[in-house]
Amino acid sequence: MTQAATPSSADLDALRLEVAGLVVEALNLDMAPESIPADDSLFGEGLGLDSIDILEVALVVSKRYGFQLRADNEDNVKIFRSLRSLTEYVAANRTK
Amino acid sequence: MTHPASATLPLLAHTKPDAVVAWRHDGPVTVERFLGDVERLASSLPAGGHVLNVCADRYRFTVGLAATLVGRKISLLPSTHTPETVRQLQVFAPDTFCLTDSPACDIDLPQHHFIESPVAASPEGGAVPMIDVDQVVAYVFTSGSTGTPMPHAKTWGPLVRNIAAEADRLGLVDKPFTLIGTVPPQHMYGFESTVLLALLSGGAIWTGRPFYPADIADALAAVPRPRVLVSTPFHLRTLLSAGTEVPPADLVVSATAPLSGNLAVALEAQLQCPLIEIYGCTETGQTATRRTAETAEWQLMRGLALTVEDEKVWAHGGHVETPTVLSDIIEPTADDRFLLHGRSADLVNIAGKRSSLGYLNHQLNAIPGVVDGSYFMPEDEQTDGVTRLTAVVVAPGLDRATLLQALRERVDPLFLPRPLIFADALPRNATGKLPRAALEELRRTLGGSE
Repeated sequence: MTQAATPSSADLDALRLEVAGLVVEALNLDMAPESIPADDSLFGEGLGLDSIDILEVALVVSKRYGFQLRADNEDNVKIFRSLRSLTEYVAANRTK
Repeated sequence: MTHPASATLPLLAHTKPDAVVAWRHDGPVTVERFLGDVERLASSLPAGGHVLNVCADRYRFTVGLAATLVGRKISLLPSTHTPETVRQLQVFAPDTFCLTDSPACDIDLPQHHFIESPVAASPEGGAVPMIDVDQVVAYVFTSGSTGTPMPHAKTWGPLVRNIAAEADRLGLVDKPFTLIGTVPPQHMYGFESTVLLALLSGGAIWTGRPFYPADIADALAAVPRPRVLVSTPFHLRTLLSAGTEVPPADLVVSATAPLSGNLAVALEAQLQCPLIEIYGCTETGQTATRRTAETAEWQLMRGLALTVEDEKVWAHGGHVETPTVLSDIIEPTADDRFLLHGRSADLVNIAGKRSSLGYLNHQLNAIPGVVDGSYFMPEDEQTDGVTRLTAVVVAPGLDRATLLQALRERVDPLFLPRPLIFADALPRNATGKLPRAALEELRRTLGGSE
């Protein structure tokens, strides 16, 4: 299966859990992937990630899903706004 | 009343008006146009004598810096821009204003927005401004050991001497090089090695600040050779592990934390050029360099010397105006060489941001509701990686989110503790000190309970 144009919501839920697992593993977070709320901020009051974390997460996401993130992309803040937004971005851009 | 004319040194080393001083996304910027931009901005800046220049675009930052110098104002370079730091800056210099290129800038100071001017040569034809060697260019702040940041004045003459020694050591004299920095120009390392180095050695600045590995590859591809990547162990390690195809560079410069020999060898192979590390601190500026792939020994910058006295190592000579104690653990090995054995216990450095445990503890304990609290660096510190600080806190009336939010107002996000451990009491000994072993024990027993 390659890039589905419009993944079903069940697919997205599964992918979200997988992405949450990558985030937890990349950052050594002391929490279960399923306990990261889909819509909470990944920065600030939410999970409290900072720019160092973003680079770590970007690294594993690029490797796992086969696409490169770029900071010049104006969507960058949007992409990392929540686990849901990150998952949707992965679904739309993955090559593997 | 007349003063003897004091010595001046030029703002730029470039000798021709059409020499390139920066590369922007739409192409090169000449000296002529740069000086025009500087003049226009200098004439529109507010009256205040101190400037917090937060422009994210490196070219705009540089124009801001030059306009600040020409207007005989002083740049403020704090280590972070948290609301608490901004309040402290305002106490330090009440006439501070913020120069910003972000429409959404939320810094609580009078703001002056950077306006891009239409492409046109400077009407004056651009005489290079001369700057008094005694003029204070910037106050760089270290966190000090109490709650108040310590200002360090940087004057033009010593800065110029420092950068001349750097250009010489990096082999960049008389080469039309372009500097690509992954570090912000507001950080002392970025200030010296991505901005001043270009201005004072006839080089050019890449305007962007590449972040992801793919950005670094794009930035290298966007400028002509010779090109220099100015970065940190953290960014370089990420670049290497991403396996991104990267165009060759002509030099890689790394600073902020020591790089391992193995990583240096791998990076030299990937970027097909030498990697030189710079060691320095706020107080002395750049102090030494090494070709990390070949040696662990640091070589002092031109003109500098070390003296050991009472087990303290003093740096003096060259651009170091007053002899200064180095706070790291240093073993001199020859007249101009030494080995670095780590930081003194109070200093912390997370991904290039420096602070001290004393400062962080002060901020933690200043939060209403915190009865007692202490930061510490866990034992399993990683080489080339990023280790986070742990904090133990006694705060019966506060929940985790409230405490972290209060701390975020005061310290840089990189110093937010991971984990933050809540305890009933800190394991202080009879003299009130916190033995490291007791803190580690607490981390083992309570640290996993989030």
